[in-house]
Amino acid sequence: MSLVTDVGTQPAAGFRVTRSRRNVAWTGVGALIVVVVLAFFPYLVYSGTTAILVQAFIVLTLASMWNLLAGYAGLVSVGQQGFVGLGAYFVLILALHGLSPFAALPVAAIGCGVAALPLWWLVSRLRSGYFAIATWVLAATIMLFIERFSSIGGGSGMPLPGFTGYSSVLLTAYTYWAGLAVTVLALAGIYLLLRSRLGLVLTAIRDDEVAARSSGARVGLARMLVFLVAGVGCGAAGAVLAISQLQVQPSADFSVQWTAEMAFATIIGGLGTIEGPIIGTAVYMVLQQTLASYNAWYLIVLGLVAIVIALFARRGLWGLVDEQLNLRLFPVGYWLRTSDRDGSG
Amino acid sequence: MTAPVNGERAGNGTPLLEVRDMAVYHGQLQALDAISLQVFPGEVYAIIGANGAGKSTLLRTIAGLHQPATGSVLLDGKDVTQLRPELRARQGIVLVPEGRRLFESLSVRENLQVGATYGRQGPWTIERVYKMFDWMGDRSNQRTSQLSGGEQQAVAIGRALVANPRVLLLDELSLGLAPLVVQRIYGMLPQILATGMTVLLVEQDVSQALRVASHIQCLLEGRTTLEGRPADVTAEQVEAAYFGLAGVAPAGQPAEGSDSSWPG
Amino acid sequence: MAWVNAIIQGVLTGGLYALFACGLSLMFGVMKVVNLAHGDLAVVAGYIAIGIIAATHVPVLWSFLIVVPVMAVLGYALQRTLIQSALDRGVLTTLIVTLGLSLVIENGLLQFFTANTRGIGVGLSLVQDSFSIGSQIQVAWLLVVFFAVAVAVLLGLQYFLSRSTYGRLIRAVADDKEAAQLAGADYRHVFGIAAAVALATVALGGIAYGMYSDLDPTAGTDTILLFAFAAVVIGGLGSLWGTLIGGIVLGVAQQIGAQINISDELLAGFIVFLAVLVLRPEGLTARRAQT
Repeated sequence: MSLVTDVGTQPAAGFRVTRSRRNVAWTGVGALIVVVVLAFFPYLVYSGTTAILVQAFIVLTLASMWNLLAGYAGLVSVGQQGFVGLGAYFVLILALHGLSPFAALPVAAIGCGVAALPLWWLVSRLRSGYFAIATWVLAATIMLFIERFSSIGGGSGMPLPGFTGYSSVLLTAYTYWAGLAVTVLALAGIYLLLRSRLGLVLTAIRDDEVAARSSGARVGLARMLVFLVAGVGCGAAGAVLAISQLQVQPSADFSVQWTAEMAFATIIGGLGTIEGPIIGTAVYMVLQQTLASYNAWYLIVLGLVAIVIALFARRGLWGLVDEQLNLRLFPVGYWLRTSDRDGSG
Repeated sequence: MTAPVNGERAGNGTPLLEVRDMAVYHGQLQALDAISLQVFPGEVYAIIGANGAGKSTLLRTIAGLHQPATGSVLLDGKDVTQLRPELRARQGIVLVPEGRRLFESLSVRENLQVGATYGRQGPWTIERVYKMFDWMGDRSNQRTSQLSGGEQQAVAIGRALVANPRVLLLDELSLGLAPLVVQRIYGMLPQILATGMTVLLVEQDVSQALRVASHIQCLLEGRTTLEGRPADVTAEQVEAAYFGLAGVAPAGQPAEGSDSSWPG
Repeated sequence: MAWVNAIIQGVLTGGLYALFACGLSLMFGVMKVVNLAHGDLAVVAGYIAIGIIAATHVPVLWSFLIVVPVMAVLGYALQRTLIQSALDRGVLTTLIVTLGLSLVIENGLLQFFTANTRGIGVGLSLVQDSFSIGSQIQVAWLLVVFFAVAVAVLLGLQYFLSRSTYGRLIRAVADDKEAAQLAGADYRHVFGIAAAVALATVALGGIAYGMYSDLDPTAGTDTILLFAFAAVVIGGLGSLWGTLIGGIVLGVAQQIGAQINISDELLAGFIVFLAVLVLRPEGLTARRAQT
């Protein structure tokens, strides 16, 4: 990995290698402002709005994780709903033992990360098509296994304990902040991950896996770490789901529809960029809200849009923006600049 | 039927196969530059050159597996450059690809049957191929993976023959085969030519090519360095053209030292 | 004796699973397509059959004659347009496109047919009746019919692939599609034919499912797809008869699971599926390991 250390030390005369471009400083400030504003929402808006936003947070977190898996590690998983359900059920189990669901959230997320280890061992050697099916079967198996235990609700689920003593306003606010915190941490975590050495390996895998392997990069280790991180992230989202629903329900928490939503939000927004899932989640939420009164139509439209974008606009909506404006909100690449002039465009 | 002699070639009407000023890229790398050739009916036209010179790329582009950036491929005067590979094969340009590329899960006979499915009418049938390669009939139900390299090459040639091509393209027949086997395979060429076939072949083994060809063209780094009848070129000229030594320049370039000319 | 009954039922159910699976095996084996909409297409066939029977009142068995060709044509069209475009762009795109197709089909069915289940009435005698072997073993006629149909379909497929021109072309294109092009074969057309054949078998599977248990819009992904993949993987990709073996193993595993604990039927099947995926992904009938 000598590339990383050489870069930035002795660039050729007249060239500089930098991390970011001028607009990023503004983006960092902008992101901070956005987060602060969002944090004030429970004071500013109705609970209906915060509920929608919690949903958006869940989808955004899931989409970012799916993007990490498929866009950077080349792992196309159709079974992340397994971690969503696991996260929800870990919260339930902890809550049944007296822990507040909100305190249980981080524990549940970490628990999912731990659970991801043996699951990775099961599927890591499988190639793409088999890997996808294996993840789906794993998720279905986990669900069926959990449904055996009536103490945690069996096949029909059960309400989440531990919310007595919270007024409905406070509950809404805490749920909202939990969702916001999970999303912010997820995005920040992914951003830092991609900026690290591991991130360089991942970006190499994203661009050309064979070349990455033959250059000696630790592809296997990188993929495992990504799988674990995605497990934690999806588990955290599942925990937020359980809290926001005030219950666990196996058929909903383990539904393959979660995969469809996170995959499509990513594809529509743009695979392989951090900004993509954000755009995609926005599109998804808009679709869902405007078509909500038409029952299943928003899913039909979602599926059609995803197909069209996958076939005709491979880099997604953010990719289109990126191509036109050459914009990068989350700088994870390197830029080569000539002498002391800014790179153009 | 003998191949046209050099001086008669131009006066023979339209060539059966013609490539005009073709350039082919692999991504950003230029594989072929300003390549032209003409193959007349009945000829054995050999393309020689070292590894990476662009010979296989040329054949694959003629067969339709690559699209040239500029230039054209003409079959009997008709421009086929836009034609998909399977349509070119049905028109009569049939390639025996490098490495044989037999259908591994199919038997010998089935390989030939696939070759004949979209073939034209003509003298070549599966039975005739069995006659030419007398061992093949007995093993017609065997999987091709159980055959030796030379036998697989024979099946690959047979698969192309049963389509009754107008131009038979042979890509590196000698690759991976023992010299004796190679000679035996090339020894079949007269039988093939006797049915009115025209052959365009690519060969790394220069002496083998010179022995069978009626016309040769040498490529170096994607450009033509030599062209003519075997009888009209000296060994030194061929060597110089093959390796790009001083004094011999690729067409269109001034003569240079050899420092940057080693083929890949 | 309950065990013997269970195993017999499991074996026979394997026939139904093989019907689901052979089309998937064909598409996966020939075109390397993981068609996530496979199960939903079976459900579509079932709904078309229901619609035809409701509209024209033909006997159930005649509905096959209409649905199968319709699905075959649909398969060709789908392959030449959507799936080929996705294949050209890679594995991820194919998964996304077929997942999208699955979502669109399921929710389209939900929208137009509601979530209520519908069955295909076969005429009470066939569905309800079973025959007895000895005094304690009961075998449902319907399952025997399905098994027989599955065997017939597999025999037909085997004959088609090994003897017919298109069967040969399909095998050739699956081996090396570029070499097939050089031999004059338009591989996209050949893929289309393979898809048409695959969807024809899927149609049979869907109709059979509708007779055996009730259809609902999500049955495609809930049960059919995973069962089909399980049968293919357990039996071994690239082997037609392997789908029958895989189906039988799956069916028997499920019945054994149900004997141990009534609610463990599905779980048992999936555990076997996972075990095969992890330990021997090339399947039970494969001679050499997957490269």
